[in-house]
Amino acid sequence: MKFRVERDALADAVAWTAKSLPSRPSVPVLAGVMLRVSDGSLEVSGFDYEVSSQVTVEIQGDADGAALVSGRLLAEITKALPGKPVDIAAVGAHLELVCGSARFTLPTMPVEDYPSLPAMPASAGTIDAAAFATAVAQVAIAAGRDETLPMMTGVRVELSGSNIALLATDRYRLAMRELEWRPEDPEISLNALVPARTLNDTAKTLGPLGGDVTMALAHGGAGEGMIGFSAGTRRTTSRLLDGANYPPVRSLFPASHNAEARVSVPALVEVVRRVALVAERTTPVLLSFGPDGLVVEAGGSEEARASEAMEATFSGEPLTIGFNPQYLIDGLQNLLAPTAVLSFVDAFKPAVISPAADDGEIVSGYRYLIMPIRVTR
Amino acid sequence: MFVSEGTILHADLDAFYASVEQRDDPRLRGRPVIVGGGVVLAASYEAKAAGVRTAMGGRAARRLCPDAIVVEPRMSAYTRASRAVFEVFRQTTPEVEGLSIDEAFLDVSGLRRIAGPPSEIAAGLRREVRERVGLPITVGVARTKFLAKVASGVAKPDGLLVVPTEKELQFLHPLPVERLWGVGPVTAAKLRDRRIFTVGQLAGLGEATLVSLLGQGAGRHLDALAHNRDPRSVQTGRRRGSMGAQRALGRGPRTPAALDAMLAGLVDRVARRMRAAGRTGRTMVLRMRFTDFTRATRSHTLARATSHTQTLLDAARRLLATALPMIEERGITLIGISVGNLDDRYVQPALPFAEQDGVALDAAVDAVRDRFGSAAITRGVLVGHGQGLEMPMLPD
Repeated sequence: MKFRVERDALADAVAWTAKSLPSRPSVPVLAGVMLRVSDGSLEVSGFDYEVSSQVTVEIQGDADGAALVSGRLLAEITKALPGKPVDIAAVGAHLELVCGSARFTLPTMPVEDYPSLPAMPASAGTIDAAAFATAVAQVAIAAGRDETLPMMTGVRVELSGSNIALLATDRYRLAMRELEWRPEDPEISLNALVPARTLNDTAKTLGPLGGDVTMALAHGGAGEGMIGFSAGTRRTTSRLLDGANYPPVRSLFPASHNAEARVSVPALVEVVRRVALVAERTTPVLLSFGPDGLVVEAGGSEEARASEAMEATFSGEPLTIGFNPQYLIDGLQNLLAPTAVLSFVDAFKPAVISPAADDGEIVSGYRYLIMPIRVTR
Repeated sequence: MFVSEGTILHADLDAFYASVEQRDDPRLRGRPVIVGGGVVLAASYEAKAAGVRTAMGGRAARRLCPDAIVVEPRMSAYTRASRAVFEVFRQTTPEVEGLSIDEAFLDVSGLRRIAGPPSEIAAGLRREVRERVGLPITVGVARTKFLAKVASGVAKPDGLLVVPTEKELQFLHPLPVERLWGVGPVTAAKLRDRRIFTVGQLAGLGEATLVSLLGQGAGRHLDALAHNRDPRSVQTGRRRGSMGAQRALGRGPRTPAALDAMLAGLVDRVARRMRAAGRTGRTMVLRMRFTDFTRATRSHTLARATSHTQTLLDAARRLLATALPMIEERGITLIGISVGNLDDRYVQPALPFAEQDGVALDAAVDAVRDRFGSAAITRGVLVGHGQGLEMPMLPD
């Protein structure tokens, strides 16, 4: 194997594949990135049995072949290289890398021990890369991080005709985003539970490239239990989580509400941040809504306390409700709107936060549900 | 005489379970009584005189004291008696720190003008407990918690001992080293090797020597105690840092299924107590004792505090699964769990998922047990197994 490649193209490709590599691999070869040259192009791939990623890079190839080297090391080296063409060659059990006057020799691992990457499932449709990245980030924030509840660490992707719904919950808050896409089969009706971290990382790297992302999801047969994304020269696959018993979370959104408040998102985020400085990890911030606006408070009778009043339009009986401040801020920041509409049934039932335009009109597509903390005073 | 008395009382009920039995059954009075048919849970002073000790095997106890009357424990009677005694404590002073069901520290400073000096308060307390609850109680009075506890230990049974502040060391130093908190058989043997028998001799060693002999923690601790340095104050309203339950098992192999059933019973019990006290915990600890008397613990910390039975049970089961090889190899004689890292103020409730929730189930089971007793509803796997004894304890 011998080739010449642009420094930036190589660094990007290696960085992207190396990012999904396990820090403590079950077998040493999984810490590697595979470099494979054929027909004038280079495939850089990484795989940890859960997630695979692959990029194709244009090169000037001298000799076809493959080499497996430490992904972390190659990523650090390529990032630090000067902006000059890079010459790479496999020499015996080593990889020689020359860039300008810098020269590196890396040990290689046996190529034949490396598992073959899963095939991409059949394409299910395409979606605008930037819009997809935004939508995924809005929802992934609500996914759980507790690995003992694997189902909660996923984003549920519901494909129904030309509509995609993304849902995630860690049991304490729930985010839902709906958007349009272009399915191959207009009658498609499929659900998948995708690990939230992988989905978010993938969407975030594919988003800035622009264009479309192809989503590939097998419906029975080969590739079952797998989801794939591809855009341009990049593709990634991920194993799905078992979502057979995913709770019917849509029904958690209350059918009606008894009170509703409209507040400025940046102002409320700032106030909650400030007041929450006195709240310990598990203590809530209290929001008291009334005809005069909103008062945000935190702290106990014996500890530090804080309160701040702010403008809000409110309809309904005056209401005091407690929230985990971080959950509240997460929801507000992901509205991506100037105004938030908070809808309440009462102080103990889940509250809904929706984005609204400057005129206070609710913008459909995103909703954030948050379970209040009971506060006895 | 005004300033010569300390203000900390250590009140300790004498042979608590056995005294309750003697109180309730006149035929037992003045006779050796052993509570507990298997392991001795408590022995009256008459039985103790014959050498019977708590936690001794039942057969050995009867050999030592053949005329002893053995009675089955009545845990609910002990709980009622304890509540009544603590009621007396709290009427004496608001500063009560319960140590266990039959023992507490009381701080009576500031009561001199309304209730007299500590020695009078202590005498009054003993009288009240005797008259209102019908039980003997021993009280030690001193300037520090440690010395008050030593004093009550010396004054037992049914006694009162006041250690005047100017005679603290005079009282403490002739005592055997075993009277100090933290001196068990091992430490005592180490000290005996150095010909150290009394607290006074220990105090003469100096901290540096003690540290080199017993290690930093124990050395410093004992040096401080031997000089009656104990700055801890009486802590009221301090909440538990953990809640647990355990169950002793006879020797003999246990199937994983049987252990799992016991574990479920223990988790049910602890989770119910946690919910009743409005607490949630994050750390599940599994405790085991093996046939060779060695112990081991395994713990797992959850991402969030909970009092949800199923979540706690899942965590306990994972711990048990990892410990099974060890249990297989060494044989298990005690299994216990405790939930630590207790949060108490605010609980983030989960969204009301219809199915996998179980919070409603917990609430329903708790309600049935509160109304009809712990045995009214139980798990299928526990039917016919019994729960082991539910030890009475201080309210959470």
